[in-house]
Amino acid sequence: MEKLLEIKDLHVEVENNEILKGLSLTINRGEIHAIMGPNGSGKSTLANTLMGHPNYKVTKGEIIFKGQNILELGPDERAALGLFLAFQYPHEVPGVTLFNFLRTAVNSIQKKRTGEDIEKDRKKSASSILQFSKKLNEYMKLLGIEESFSKRYVNEGFSGGEKKRAEILQLAMLKPDLAILDETDSGLDIDALKLVSEGVNKITTTEQSILVITHYQRLLDYIKPDFVHVLVDGKLVMSDGPELALKLEEKGYDWVRDQVDTSIIN
Amino acid sequence: MNTDILNIDRKETYKQKYGFFDKDTFVYRTKKGLSADVVKEISGLKDEPEWMLKFRLRALEIFMKKPMPNFGGDLSQLNFDEIYYYIKPSDRKGRTWDEVPEKVKNTFEKLGIPEAERKFLAGVEAQYDSESVYSSLKGQWEKLGVIFCSTDEALKNYPDILKQYFGTIIPPADNKFAALNSAVWSGGSFIYVPTGVHVDIPLQAYFRINSESAGQFERTLIIAEPGSFVHYVEGCTAPVYAVDALHSAVVEIIVKEGARVRYTTIQNWSDNVYNLVTKRSAVYKDATMEWVDGNIGSKLTMKYPAVYLMEKGAHGEVLSVAYAGDGQHQDTGGKAIHYAPHTSSIITSKSISKGTGRASYRGLLKVVKDAKGSKSSVKCDALLLDDTSRSDTYPKIEIDEDEVQIGHEATVSRVGEEQLFYLQSRGLSEEQATALIVSGFIEPIVRELPMEYAVELNRLIALEMEGSVG
Repeated sequence: MEKLLEIKDLHVEVENNEILKGLSLTINRGEIHAIMGPNGSGKSTLANTLMGHPNYKVTKGEIIFKGQNILELGPDERAALGLFLAFQYPHEVPGVTLFNFLRTAVNSIQKKRTGEDIEKDRKKSASSILQFSKKLNEYMKLLGIEESFSKRYVNEGFSGGEKKRAEILQLAMLKPDLAILDETDSGLDIDALKLVSEGVNKITTTEQSILVITHYQRLLDYIKPDFVHVLVDGKLVMSDGPELALKLEEKGYDWVRDQVDTSIIN
Repeated sequence: MNTDILNIDRKETYKQKYGFFDKDTFVYRTKKGLSADVVKEISGLKDEPEWMLKFRLRALEIFMKKPMPNFGGDLSQLNFDEIYYYIKPSDRKGRTWDEVPEKVKNTFEKLGIPEAERKFLAGVEAQYDSESVYSSLKGQWEKLGVIFCSTDEALKNYPDILKQYFGTIIPPADNKFAALNSAVWSGGSFIYVPTGVHVDIPLQAYFRINSESAGQFERTLIIAEPGSFVHYVEGCTAPVYAVDALHSAVVEIIVKEGARVRYTTIQNWSDNVYNLVTKRSAVYKDATMEWVDGNIGSKLTMKYPAVYLMEKGAHGEVLSVAYAGDGQHQDTGGKAIHYAPHTSSIITSKSISKGTGRASYRGLLKVVKDAKGSKSSVKCDALLLDDTSRSDTYPKIEIDEDEVQIGHEATVSRVGEEQLFYLQSRGLSEEQATALIVSGFIEPIVRELPMEYAVELNRLIALEMEGSVG
């Protein structure tokens, strides 16, 4: 099995506070992993660090993605390599349509991957824009998004559900090898949650891996993980099959702390 | 990061792209500096009527007496004695493209004029240094009575119309630079649209300063008779020169009852140019005036397009965007003066500053007593690209009537780390991400531009920002 992502003994600081304290995790191609944890355990820190946020400082450890140490790469280079982060709080880009944004993103990733600048070649650019529109419309249909959506400015005036669906649309168009979903369920009612998570299932293939980061179990009813890990105080303290999520839901994070106090934490 | 290196890079790119210049090909120029003799010489060379010479000389007197403006930017480095006030680039006056001298044509070709012409341009009135060398106008409008020519030509061929309106909207005594322009003006466009005529394709002028120390003092006058419509588009790209250059234009527009005029400018001066322009329109009953104004480059720009709403139902809009890069000061905005009841105005201003660039919004909103039922909305947004750039607002509001609706809104935003990270996580480099944020910011202005100007504005700003992210 191909090792897609390998995190080894990862230590991360934010403003001189150590948040991740030796986290290790391996994700193979095609696997779905879930990381669950209480507030403040370091879930979003992990997501941001993987994507290369400049404020998250790796003090120790390694992140190997597709056989390459990516710690020195910027977020755009990581994206080109096949990483994707669906944001918990996606940012607004006023005046820029979702269509233009996605097209710029797709082109620049293609340019980084193949060295070919599609914008420079008029013929290719014209035919690629047609292909792009077609694909975009297909995915929007699949995600139950109406066509006019792509003409709206990125995340401006979007409802919580629309923002998350826009993130999944981006995931669909950029086709990463590994998609990290950071608290994608937060702020969604049950209908929106269903729509978004079913969308993820529709647009991903078995060639892609997913890392779901979540506080609650409910998202995992739809996006079914192969492995569930529990993050407490900057470390993965438990790993098991999907049943662990249900156990957590039932017993709560205090149960994990009790278990960990006596057995796992050294 | 060493910002000096970035600056040099940027200037090099700028020079490669826009800093091309032909070897001076002027036939005649006046000596440096300003005097009654120089003014007489200019008028004499143009073989002008007596009244224009008198107008110029009176303006010169006013210029000499008027103090420098006590607001706006730093004008202390501006030396009036070091400037050539008149340069005639060519003795020949091109009517068709083929007749335009090769060297001049090369410059225009680099600016994309021939292509634009081929596509759909109505008429091109291009000013090369101080005199128009090329102008054409589609026959159909000539038949309709539309006049589109250089202001010098208008003085020769349409003296009565010109004399009736010239200097009536912006008299020489208005301000020091209006006086200067009145004394030494040369070139500029003259447009006359008869009653009820709609000119449905934009009339365009594209010109550039191309001689060291050449002042450019063009004078534009547009008269829209009742019920008519015209869109005039003007753009400039100046080459880079070592000696400071001065551009001081005057634009007067008369919009009569029920008429509509739109005036679009994209200016991209090299960063040693003082760009001091007075633009004003008088808008009559139920008429509409729209200024769309893009300012990129220059050392200092002071420009506040104005709408004087003279009669009931008059409407005025000013849309402006300014980009202040390193060492540049854009002091721009708009003025709306409500002289009559039920008049309305909208001023929208957007500025972007980077590095040591400074963008100031300066505006005036005035409603006189009894201009009841007038409405105005002023919105100015500033975008700072880094921690060192600067933005200020100087909105002046004088309302002498109670029954009015006035809205004023100002925002300042900074390109944020989180926003950049979001875009970068989608594969955009930091430069691409910043450029995208900027293009979105100015989108409300860009969508008002004719297509090729929209593309150009985005391209110019992207070029200005190249290598600017540290």
